[in-house]
Amino acid sequence: MFTQILFYLFATVLVGAAIGVITARNPVHSVLFLVLAFFNSAVLWLLLGAEFLAIVLVLVYVGAVMVLFLFVVMMLDINVEQAKSGFTKYAPLGLVVLVIMAVELAQVIWVRHMGMISADELAPVAADYNNTRELGLLLYTDYFYAFELAAVILLVAIVAAISLTMRRRPGLKAQNISSQVSVRRQDRVRLVKMDSEERQ
Amino acid sequence: MSFSDSLPPQLHVVAITLAQILAVTVVLILCVAYLTLAERKVIGYIQNRIGPNRVGPKGLLQPFADVLKLLLKEVVVPANADRFLFIIAPVLSITPALAAWAVMPLFPGFILANINAGLLYVLALTSLGVYGVILAGWASNSKYAFLGAMRSAAQIVAYEIAMGFALVAVVMASGSLNLGEIVQAQAGGAGLLNWFWLPLFPLFIVYFISGLAETNRAPFDVAEGESEIVAGFHVEYSGVSFAVFFLAEYANMILISALTAVFFLGGWLSPFQGWFAADSLLGAPGFFWFALKTAFFLFCFLWFRATFPRYRYDQIMRLGWKVFIPVTIVWIFVLGAMIAFKLPPWFA
Repeated sequence: MFTQILFYLFATVLVGAAIGVITARNPVHSVLFLVLAFFNSAVLWLLLGAEFLAIVLVLVYVGAVMVLFLFVVMMLDINVEQAKSGFTKYAPLGLVVLVIMAVELAQVIWVRHMGMISADELAPVAADYNNTRELGLLLYTDYFYAFELAAVILLVAIVAAISLTMRRRPGLKAQNISSQVSVRRQDRVRLVKMDSEERQ
Repeated sequence: MSFSDSLPPQLHVVAITLAQILAVTVVLILCVAYLTLAERKVIGYIQNRIGPNRVGPKGLLQPFADVLKLLLKEVVVPANADRFLFIIAPVLSITPALAAWAVMPLFPGFILANINAGLLYVLALTSLGVYGVILAGWASNSKYAFLGAMRSAAQIVAYEIAMGFALVAVVMASGSLNLGEIVQAQAGGAGLLNWFWLPLFPLFIVYFISGLAETNRAPFDVAEGESEIVAGFHVEYSGVSFAVFFLAEYANMILISALTAVFFLGGWLSPFQGWFAADSLLGAPGFFWFALKTAFFLFCFLWFRATFPRYRYDQIMRLGWKVFIPVTIVWIFVLGAMIAFKLPPWFA
């Protein structure tokens, strides 16, 4: 009962935040609504007992991805009104995507009645059940190749991003850090010993 | 019939938990207050001054005088500032610093929330503190504040990676994400030689220095950088909202010190475990040891501030990306070898 109240509370905030993302006029506010949405979905996962996934969602998406996103959005100087003027041009495409998503959602709800189990039918786990250990065991045994493949794909993405942004322009001035770090006092300062001058 | 018996049993748990949370938070905030005094005193003596000594006996009431002064000042919201975000930014920076204490093992058998993924929880929460800084910089509608926020965001994202890798090694060595079990894994007959600071020595150093950078403390305090960008992200803040930023910075310092003590110096374990009897004063584990270790790291924070000049910004980035991250990755492999060969006394 209590869990249900919590679920509806967080689910309402989640849907509200998701609506906020697309209706907010200021792009920074949109990003912050998205952060709120991520946070609430993490809480919903916690309610299901998936604490590892919930915390990783906060750590990766809220703590890293959205920070960089916010960083970029703050630096952009977008004229929101101008961006929204061509909005109706894409309406047919949007409608198609909307219909596809609605059909998919309906299918999920329909399939659930066909024998897919819902959350309250899941077997309750023991108090010492360790979500993290179970996930780790699965990832490093049954799904080892898929896991390593995902890691390699991410590595390729990193290399691609760096090679796309790294440009060597002619005439670029750069500091030689190792020579800066290895500099000693004798190279920069000269102590001069001299006798004090006679009083005039 | 006592008051606690009159409550229904479900509320019992809630009441006890709330009382514990309150106790931890109040003590923490008092620690923050006296840390500000300790900083002024310690840096004073390092610089051959006396430091504050006017308010109360030996200046001991100085923090309360400061708090009172800040509470009575006007909160100024700049023109064209984003009012809501401007007000909420300091709150966003203090909340994670306090919430992370939920999983801290304070003394044997006591953790507010003994969750399995405690270390991940700490990582997730400490990564949220940056929002307060970024939003403060953006919402202030001031170029100095914005520059400070940009610097801080880039710095925190860079050092979080090194910090995360150092913690991966801690997890490998202890075999658990639970902070209480990480402390237990460092127990042994050799006392302080059993703690993880020895097999993980480079990572211990990397973690603490990354902690300095994460909290925007000297010598990595370019986010404030008063000689270049006035006061960085909190230049437009005054009164209570400034006090909350101050509180958050010091609460984060205490958090990083306590975490370093838990991960690398055995938390509440006694350094003389196995040398003296387990029930003697020096041999028994307890809150005392945890507080002592935390205080040592806090002193280091103050010591570094009084000693080192501020890093240049490009050198901060170089240190984070090109020195710390490779060091941590190499040491994870070294540690893997140590565990594979069951190196005594840590991994036997």
